[in-house]
Amino acid sequence: MSELSRRDLLQSIALSVTLGGLSPAAAQHVHSLAAEEKTSTGVYKAKALNPHEYHTLEKLADLIVPADDKSPGAVASGACEFIDLLASQNPRLLDIYTGGIAWLDQAMRRRYSTDFVGAKSNQETALLDLIAYRKNEPSELGPGILFFDWARRMVVDAYYTSPAGIKALGYMGNTSVSKFEIPQEAIDYAVKRSPV
Amino acid sequence: MLQIAPRSQVYDVAIIGSGAGGGTVTKVLADLGVNVALIEAGPPIDPAKDFKEHMWPYQVPHRGIGEGGAGYFGPTPWAFGYFTTTSGGWELPGEPYTVAPGSKFEWFRSRVVGGRTNHYGRISLRFADYDFAPYSRDGLGTDWPITYDELSPYYDKAESFIGVTGSKEGIRSAPDGVFQDCPPPRVHEMLVQRAAKKLNIPCIASRLAVITKPTNGRPACHYCAQCGRGCVTASNYSSSQVQVFPALKTGRVKLFTNAMARELIADASGNVTAVSYIDKATRTERQIRCRSVVLACGACESARLLLNSKSAAHPNGLANGSGHVGRNLTDSVGYALGANIPALEELPRHNSDGMGGMHVYIPWWLWDAKNKEFPRGYHVEISGGFHMPGIGSFGRECREHEGYGKDLKDFIHARYGAYVSFAGRGEQIPNENTFCDIDPDVVDQYGIPVLRFHFKWTDNELRQAQHMHDTFQSILETMGGKVTRPRPNFMTGEGISMGGEIIHELGTIRMGSDPNASVLNKHCQAHEVKNLFVADAAPFVSNPDKNPTLSIIALAWRTAEYLAEEMRKGNV
Repeated sequence: MSELSRRDLLQSIALSVTLGGLSPAAAQHVHSLAAEEKTSTGVYKAKALNPHEYHTLEKLADLIVPADDKSPGAVASGACEFIDLLASQNPRLLDIYTGGIAWLDQAMRRRYSTDFVGAKSNQETALLDLIAYRKNEPSELGPGILFFDWARRMVVDAYYTSPAGIKALGYMGNTSVSKFEIPQEAIDYAVKRSPV
Repeated sequence: MLQIAPRSQVYDVAIIGSGAGGGTVTKVLADLGVNVALIEAGPPIDPAKDFKEHMWPYQVPHRGIGEGGAGYFGPTPWAFGYFTTTSGGWELPGEPYTVAPGSKFEWFRSRVVGGRTNHYGRISLRFADYDFAPYSRDGLGTDWPITYDELSPYYDKAESFIGVTGSKEGIRSAPDGVFQDCPPPRVHEMLVQRAAKKLNIPCIASRLAVITKPTNGRPACHYCAQCGRGCVTASNYSSSQVQVFPALKTGRVKLFTNAMARELIADASGNVTAVSYIDKATRTERQIRCRSVVLACGACESARLLLNSKSAAHPNGLANGSGHVGRNLTDSVGYALGANIPALEELPRHNSDGMGGMHVYIPWWLWDAKNKEFPRGYHVEISGGFHMPGIGSFGRECREHEGYGKDLKDFIHARYGAYVSFAGRGEQIPNENTFCDIDPDVVDQYGIPVLRFHFKWTDNELRQAQHMHDTFQSILETMGGKVTRPRPNFMTGEGISMGGEIIHELGTIRMGSDPNASVLNKHCQAHEVKNLFVADAAPFVSNPDKNPTLSIIALAWRTAEYLAEEMRKGNV
């Protein structure tokens, strides 16, 4: 939603409430504005990472949050653009990613004589299954575990703050309703499962 | 350079600070025809431009974590996140404060029209009748010079005017008021109510300063849960939108912004004649002349102003013959605990936003219990539900699950909205080791001597925080949750909030009937300076387990009416 459309939305809310309660049309307007929201579709040109690094990050991001039959994956949500943009503004963050990606390549080469981008699916998971868990600390995997923790956190953050991720999660708020109600289905679901 | 225009206008009343206290006094006096100068240290606020209501995280490139991912590496300039309305912070550039060796204290300050009311939690709880007589009840602290019955009509006025949700319950620790309907509980709140009932703990409709029907020209809440971002439709209470803006329309209020009060100027008789302030834009010192003055800078800032208003006649600071200015400082006791609730996993999705805060809460229920391990009590605030995701929303899930891929994604989706947490807010009793004074060595960028904080919890508060943990754990477990946090060692200071952290600091210019043990009389008028009043939480004699804002508004309303009447009679 652009700043302009948000302003329209707020004005619409303000107008409709002065007329006595939010009209269904205004509420619908809010919904449709939210639904229109899309990330940019143009090809993103990395600002901080080099093409190899950016490609590696894309592969890693989709391994962390993959597409499934219900929702897209991290790359389609713009997660790598978010990370690259922040890294372009912060040398400390850039070092974490360039260093971490180089570590991934070296670890992959030592094991399978390929860089991360060139690795086969079973090779990727064999390495990630090691560095995705703190229990493998401390070891020579330490830098990889630390880096993966950063990447997982930031990819998850980016995904679930994107339109695609918010939809995948099923968040239905940030809108305007004249009456607050909870669907009976949700109440029944929880009460049935609750020990009290 | 000191710039004084000797023939400048003399205002009936100069009010310093535009938060809950200053906003209330301004509105009440302006409506009574009094000419007011309202002096605010920060900038003006423009809700349409400044509030980030309804913004999505992806509408800012950094998604709210700050440029360069600043929030991943340390604190950001936004105390409560990028989207919360600008209202202050724990540190203000160029305006330090110090903390005495051995103490820990954090001071949240606002510098903007409306102050902290632009973002605060809107929790609006009346003090109970017994809260006004704590010493008579348990021999600790000091009694107030007023009773509940004296303040009650002003609670009525405050609630009717600002709008407060709630239900009539007849619980002595949580007196009923003038309530608007509270929206129904969310799913997790229903489970909390069921568990609380089993444990014989009351869990009742929330009392929030949110309007659920059109009130005084303000439209009803549209249930977007974003009160903390500031409400463009003013459907919650903020002094800026609900009091200051309407008061400005009367034409009787002159608002001075970016005006940092430095000192009160008193004449030979000890009466205040002017407020000396720094105009931040020009860094020049100016004066506003007045017939009387109302301090509403926030309890500690108001105390600072009095302590810095020193003269030969007032070597300890103005109105401070008792030496009590800055003493009797308290904050609320805070502790929080949460857990994943399996019954809520995979909960069918729906919009659970509602008001910006809980729809039910737990008032103190052991007020009449004998043989408690600690004096006084606490109330419990509840959070949970489907929130708009933001940066860090699933940090807990990432740490707990680890791994990656579809498993991690499914885990996050299942856990979304299933975490319920409780926060206790309890009463600290004033103690002699907790106070603020002027640091003799440090001034701020305007040359104004700064505050130095001294803070100590006593066993009373530590035991109370421990009781919070045990209560929260038993409710969470009754709901089927598993508490993973080990019980902190409370008696060594673990677990309990830091002094100042709950932002309920008060008591520093307390009222009382004994001029040797208090600064203000029962009308919040200085014993020693008849035209000096205080209208924030500094006059409070105790800090009951009810967040202070509603009581600030009620007491400020009473003070404003008294001041207007004294002016009419020619006594001030």
